[in-house]
Amino acid sequence: MSSVADTHSQEHHHGPAKGISRWLLTTNHKDIGSMYLIFSFAMFLLGGSMAMVIRAELFQPGLQIVQPEFFNQMTTMHGLIMVFGAVMPAFVGLANWMLPLMIGAPDMALPRMNNWSFWLLPCAFLILVSTLFMEGGAPNFGWTFYAPLSTTYGPPSTTFFIFAIHIMGVSSIMGAINVIATILNMRAPGMKMMKMPLFVWTWLITAFLLIAVMPVLAGAVTMMLMDINFGTSFFDASGGGDPVLFQHVFWFFGHPEVYIMILPAFGAISHIVPAFSRKPLFGYASMVYAVGAIALLSFLVWAHHMFTVGIPLAGQLFFMYATLLIAVPTGVKVFNWVTTMFRGSLSFEAPMLFAVAFIILFTIGGFSGLMLAIAPADFQYHDTYFVVAHFHYVLVPGAIFGIFASAYFWLPKWTGHMYDETLAKTHFWLSFIGMNLAFFPMHFLGLAGMPRRIPDYALQFSDFNMVSSIGAFMFGVTQLLFLFIVVKCVRGGEKAAAKPWDGAEGLEWTVPSPAPYHTFSTPPEVK
Amino acid sequence: MAEQQPQQGKRSNSRVIAWCMAGVVGMFAFGFALVPLYDVFCEITGINGKTGGRYETGVSNQVDENRTVTVQFLASNGPGMSWEFRPVQRSVKVHPGEAVTVNFYAANPTDHAMVGQAVPSLSPSEGTLYFHKTECFCFNQQPLDAGESVEMPLVFIVDPELPEHITKLTLSYTLYDQDPQARGSGSARAGATTTNNNG
Amino acid sequence: MRVHAKRAVALAAGLLSPAVVMADWTMNMAPGVTGTSNQIFSLHMTILWICVAIGVVVFGVMFWSIFAHRKSQGAKPANFHENTVVEILWTIIPLAILVAMAVPATATLVEMYDTSESEVDIKVTGYQWRWRYEYINDDFGYFSSLSTPREQIENRQAKGENYLLEVDNPLVIPVGKKVRFLLTANDVIHSWWVPEFGVKKDAIPGFINETWTRVDEPGIYRGQCTELCGKDHGFMPVVVEAVPEEEYNAWVAEQRAAAETERQLTEKDWTLDELMERGEKAYASACASCHQPDGTGMPPAFPALKGSQIATEDMAAHIDIVVNGKSGTAMQAFGGQLSEVDLAAVITYERNAWGNNTGEMVTPKEIFDYKNQE
Repeated sequence: MSSVADTHSQEHHHGPAKGISRWLLTTNHKDIGSMYLIFSFAMFLLGGSMAMVIRAELFQPGLQIVQPEFFNQMTTMHGLIMVFGAVMPAFVGLANWMLPLMIGAPDMALPRMNNWSFWLLPCAFLILVSTLFMEGGAPNFGWTFYAPLSTTYGPPSTTFFIFAIHIMGVSSIMGAINVIATILNMRAPGMKMMKMPLFVWTWLITAFLLIAVMPVLAGAVTMMLMDINFGTSFFDASGGGDPVLFQHVFWFFGHPEVYIMILPAFGAISHIVPAFSRKPLFGYASMVYAVGAIALLSFLVWAHHMFTVGIPLAGQLFFMYATLLIAVPTGVKVFNWVTTMFRGSLSFEAPMLFAVAFIILFTIGGFSGLMLAIAPADFQYHDTYFVVAHFHYVLVPGAIFGIFASAYFWLPKWTGHMYDETLAKTHFWLSFIGMNLAFFPMHFLGLAGMPRRIPDYALQFSDFNMVSSIGAFMFGVTQLLFLFIVVKCVRGGEKAAAKPWDGAEGLEWTVPSPAPYHTFSTPPEVK
Repeated sequence: MAEQQPQQGKRSNSRVIAWCMAGVVGMFAFGFALVPLYDVFCEITGINGKTGGRYETGVSNQVDENRTVTVQFLASNGPGMSWEFRPVQRSVKVHPGEAVTVNFYAANPTDHAMVGQAVPSLSPSEGTLYFHKTECFCFNQQPLDAGESVEMPLVFIVDPELPEHITKLTLSYTLYDQDPQARGSGSARAGATTTNNNG
Repeated sequence: MRVHAKRAVALAAGLLSPAVVMADWTMNMAPGVTGTSNQIFSLHMTILWICVAIGVVVFGVMFWSIFAHRKSQGAKPANFHENTVVEILWTIIPLAILVAMAVPATATLVEMYDTSESEVDIKVTGYQWRWRYEYINDDFGYFSSLSTPREQIENRQAKGENYLLEVDNPLVIPVGKKVRFLLTANDVIHSWWVPEFGVKKDAIPGFINETWTRVDEPGIYRGQCTELCGKDHGFMPVVVEAVPEEEYNAWVAEQRAAAETERQLTEKDWTLDELMERGEKAYASACASCHQPDGTGMPPAFPALKGSQIATEDMAAHIDIVVNGKSGTAMQAFGGQLSEVDLAAVITYERNAWGNNTGEMVTPKEIFDYKNQE
């Protein structure tokens, strides 16, 4: 993705440095963006291979491949790596590449901090992954790490896990500050807030969410650290603490975190759908307001993850109503995308395929979210595979498909070559079928009563689990094809025009493909 | 233009960073502030069923002779706690407003002195606001020598304001061993409990 | 009485067996056997159909666009990009639908929270990794742990019909009575769920939660722990037997009598063989999940008992660690969890099984004296 930039550096600028120091010391937003994207894809494969272990064990009832304690480590690490290692860095990578190009800025506002915030990530994940090899094993308490399972009863590696969370938190916060400073200060003259591309808008709001909740997560793990090592009792009932408090603090972070993983995808889809419908986005302003509303509401719904902990009636009702309310702005967004497609002139290249699948499957995830929001019904759904199906329907087509759509959409800009359309369509269809085969049966499993996070299950769940595992293997293997497509595209292929998509709009298409190492040294004028 | 913009950028960048860092520090502090905030919130609304500390008003409420509320007592032991611990009476019927005394029995069957701490919890949590303890063994730690036993008093008043639909309150105590080693503090514990993931 | 029980079980089995046959491809929630679960089921179906209806409309428009407005078929794009009326409409209509969903949901929730007027109170305590049920008005209680043999889990034996959903001692409740559950946990958070009752509530250490059910049909109902609670989270099922009231009363009387017998058994003179026989069972339910059925443990966390110092040398130390646990480790204090008879049996078993042939035994009476020494 990255070897490209060398060829087109403009004369009066320095080109990239040579060798390893280019990558270690770079402050160029394009280099850093590429590194983020490569890192996140590596993490995606690592987290994915853990998912393969999970699905292999669940292929049949009985314990075959792994023991329960290792199974729990796999579910925990899969969740942590996918959330913090794959999805979030991928969006930061997209932001690094595209934000300056979209707002007509020469680089990110804080390039040296940018370098730092990237290099912290591999350190954090080195620590996290190393816990797998420690005595007592890796964290085994689920990515939600509820106390006291993660404190009094946690493995010794918990302290390292906390340290890793701290580092990636610092990285995310620095990334968010950089995004905010870039968007607020570096826009080309004439680009007013309400003229900003939606990807810029959604990332601005995401960055504010990050600044608001990552410190809360840091606070939560710090309290855990103190409970484990310094004898405090924040979450320990025996010392007067409250384990439920942990869940409140965690989900105060956790729910906005869910939107952190989806809002940038909303933004990217809002570029891709109009581009391939050859028609302007319907309801730009309402899109912006909807994202703002979703972000604000996300602070008021955290306890819907905790309907069964024994919150009193009034609390249950409040959180149920607030959660239902989120469906309104989310609905507005879906309606806007569909209306953008309506009476357009549609074509279905890979980015559009992923975008359409995003809309359909994310909406299905939204529907199951609506069902989960109904507190009484949640007593049946809670902590079953129905929930697993729900959040995978939101995150796989939502975040992951959003990222694939963005990658195919902007690959020509990054590499200067068109990707192989046939392979990309194969990648799409195999991913689409695999994903649905893997996750749709999980709805049935949950409704039939299969709890989540179990390494073995009763016989009536056998058939759908087998189907689900087959789908998961298919989805997993297919992702190697994506790697191949990207490598092939970086190394050569049909030359891409500055604007390879006839319906695309935006400043990023005014620079040549591949984008030169330095762009917009002179800010463009936006009318 | 090109000259000017980075200049402008620089100046406001530090402002943006300052604001963002203030936000970060503020939210980190807020994370910790959630602990006391949650306690205050719980005390006001009673949502977690944690009954409050000593009830100090002193002024005796009007006793409502027409209403009877059942108060049920439960006793549990925390992990690794080997004391015998139970309520002397399983439940009592009380009139709201009257002060009632009940006893809990605790005995230390081991061959060494131990210290216990009882942690109260009330259900339904809505009733927490209306359950006042004027004297409770849970206010203090309870030391017991090897083989010693004790009857521990609890004096409470059910508030006459208790919502009509609540007819039964369940007060549960969990007794924890206060030996620092057993209580989960110190890495000794963390190290030893590898157990739970390993075994 | 017995005949009656058998009939009830046969009936239940008869009713359930078609369900078992078809269960493999079950796609929907079961309506369940309580008022609550039926209400939840109808809420679930209502919302499901509302979602399907919205989906049909939204996806309908989308697929229409996909098929009719293709560039390859010469579609020319329109240029509209906003319409205030439409945008306001599709904000307000969903809002109205949501309000319509919230009303029945609120009513159901209010009912689910009404735990008053209960006739039977049962305390449910979650342990790693089993449940304890205490009939607090009748002074008896017992542990309920998974009874699926290890061989089935490890695929050395064909799996039974209720694989992983069977326990040694199920919870027994009367049909048609309001039963109130008071939930708490000993170690970590667990969650007690019986899908067919529509009852799920977290059991939190140090805190008490309550919920209730009224079961209309006799039968055996199965559920599981639904909150990740460590290694054997998937192996702590919930089994509830709902029986007619008279049968329930008889069962309670039997249990109370059994509790009394247990106290008398303590006084009885036990032989080594009797203790070994009882100890093997007690060991399987209380100790084997950590120390393993063959006593080899899982070092370093769970030490081996086979040939260990504790199980072959000083008897007093052995009794102490079983009765009082060991601070700072996963070794719990079993003094309160097992009866004197079972404690004596387990200790005797551990000292004589797997080649630990010490030939020593400890009687329930000795354990009783040990626990009550002044």
